[in-house]
Amino acid sequence: MTTAIHSSTTNHTRRNRERIFVRGLTFIFAFVSVATTFGIIYELLKETVLFFQEVSVIEFFTDTRWTPLFASKRFGVLPLVNGTLLVAAGAMLVAVPLGLLAAIFLSEYASPRARKILKPALEVLAGIPTVVYGYFALLFITPLLRDLFPQTQIFNGASASIAIGFMILPLMASVSEDALSAVPRSLREAAYAMGATKFETATQVVVPAALSGVAAAFILAVSRAIGETMIVAIAAGQQPKLTLNPLESIETMTAYIVQVSLGDTPHQSIAYKTIFAVGMLLFVMTLVMNIISYFITRRFREKYE
Amino acid sequence: MSTLTALRDATFERDLSLRKLKGKVFEILAFFAILLGIAMLLTLLIDVFLDGLPWLSTRLFTEFPSRFPEKAGLRSALQGSIWLMFLTALMAIPAGVGAGVYLEEFAPQNRITRFIEINVANLAGVPSIIYGLLGLGLFVRQLGLGRTLIAGAMTMALLVLPIIIVTTREAIRAVPRSVRHAALALGATDWEVSRDHVLVYSAPAILTGVILAMSRAIGETAPLITIGALTYIAFDPKGPFDIFTVLPIQIFNWVSLPQPDFHGLAAAGIIILLVVLLSMNALAIWLRNRLIIRW
Repeated sequence: MTTAIHSSTTNHTRRNRERIFVRGLTFIFAFVSVATTFGIIYELLKETVLFFQEVSVIEFFTDTRWTPLFASKRFGVLPLVNGTLLVAAGAMLVAVPLGLLAAIFLSEYASPRARKILKPALEVLAGIPTVVYGYFALLFITPLLRDLFPQTQIFNGASASIAIGFMILPLMASVSEDALSAVPRSLREAAYAMGATKFETATQVVVPAALSGVAAAFILAVSRAIGETMIVAIAAGQQPKLTLNPLESIETMTAYIVQVSLGDTPHQSIAYKTIFAVGMLLFVMTLVMNIISYFITRRFREKYE
Repeated sequence: MSTLTALRDATFERDLSLRKLKGKVFEILAFFAILLGIAMLLTLLIDVFLDGLPWLSTRLFTEFPSRFPEKAGLRSALQGSIWLMFLTALMAIPAGVGAGVYLEEFAPQNRITRFIEINVANLAGVPSIIYGLLGLGLFVRQLGLGRTLIAGAMTMALLVLPIIIVTTREAIRAVPRSVRHAALALGATDWEVSRDHVLVYSAPAILTGVILAMSRAIGETAPLITIGALTYIAFDPKGPFDIFTVLPIQIFNWVSLPQPDFHGLAAAGIIILLVVLLSMNALAIWLRNRLIIRW
């Protein structure tokens, strides 16, 4: 009897020790995500600080030329930001109308059966590797654009925009659809009771009610478009310039990082530091957008509960 | 009925049919938005297949990259991809599933937990090239690993970690509370409940999520270019500390060359990449339909 109790206690201690060990181990795993965030900030900041010891902040944000790889070096990031925003704006021109229409169709019109087929088919677009979109943009979309607009350059922002637009279409559609589906039935029924048609209900009641969710989808999609790398590296060119013409060759922030990474850049060189400074700016831009969309979604969730 | 009301009714009827027509036009337009997306997908697939099919041969699997398109192959890229996926999975799966179990089953409701959750959500939205800069600064330089497979795999593991954590949590959450309560009532510790019950029941769903996360990693290019994975590798990688290239980088390299023959090779490489992705997704769907327990 005593031995039985005794062995049960040691057994219990062993089990408890195992439990504490596993809890600690899995906590460390979970904490890796925090370490990653700090790692990103630390690594970016370290080289960015070194960069700004050589280049003034004012030059970085106001100079209109970006030529760190040339003999006469200029460090104005604006042309890269211009290229990034131009491509992202073009992508949104494709993704917003199509994504919103697709979301309205899936949420308001599609039968459950049609939804079950159409939604996954659309989602496939998001699963295609970006290097494949890059191939398609350079070798299919660009020739098509050159047939339509002969002044189109081989590398141009427009082809990258179109490819990115279709890539982020499922994101725009599915996040908006979640927002539309979350609008309570009672709002739709109230609109019908007032004599509104299905179209009027969808566009004048459901979409405005879900507007914050749609806005969150929009910001997430912009953030994705800004961070997209391979499509622009392949199709948009390597010429940083201040232009609003989508048919010209440009360079985005991400494409610049790829361009430098492909060359054999010495560790201490200024070129090495520039990619971290540009990366820092990119990180801050996407972080701000992700935070805004997080708060919009949270507010919108509370609205109808 | 006065003439005025009759007139009003008539205009109402006319307006109503117009309003309904507008709705019908809109519905068709919205449907076409989805069709346009799917048409774009089909165009992309057909274009790549037509370009790549003439270049598809067993030579791609046996030859190293070359300056001559008719002699060039994907041997080192395919081996690099397999090595990279293996090493990434080795690190990311235990860490991601472990973190998911912690957050869902063990974590107390406090500030630290909230902070970890916000971090996971935020990391999922960080552009992949930023992970490349982290890998370059931390693994390649600071830890002195160089441009090796292990540095690439660590970078990739951090990239897919948030995806694995999120899918693990969803899978675990689907297991009903009653299962946990039954085991706890019989004296099991919370770890024993997780190990012997929750993880067993949610394993197929977790596996599905892991396969999808790995399929994301296999097509990822930007972070590996940033850490400096080379494009011209003419030997078989022997271990984690060898330099490497992967399939999407070799495709990128071929697309970037001006000669059309290399574009054909790139398309052939894309076909192989898409077939691998398709098989992984099919496996995930099969697992979901066959093995996942619905409560």
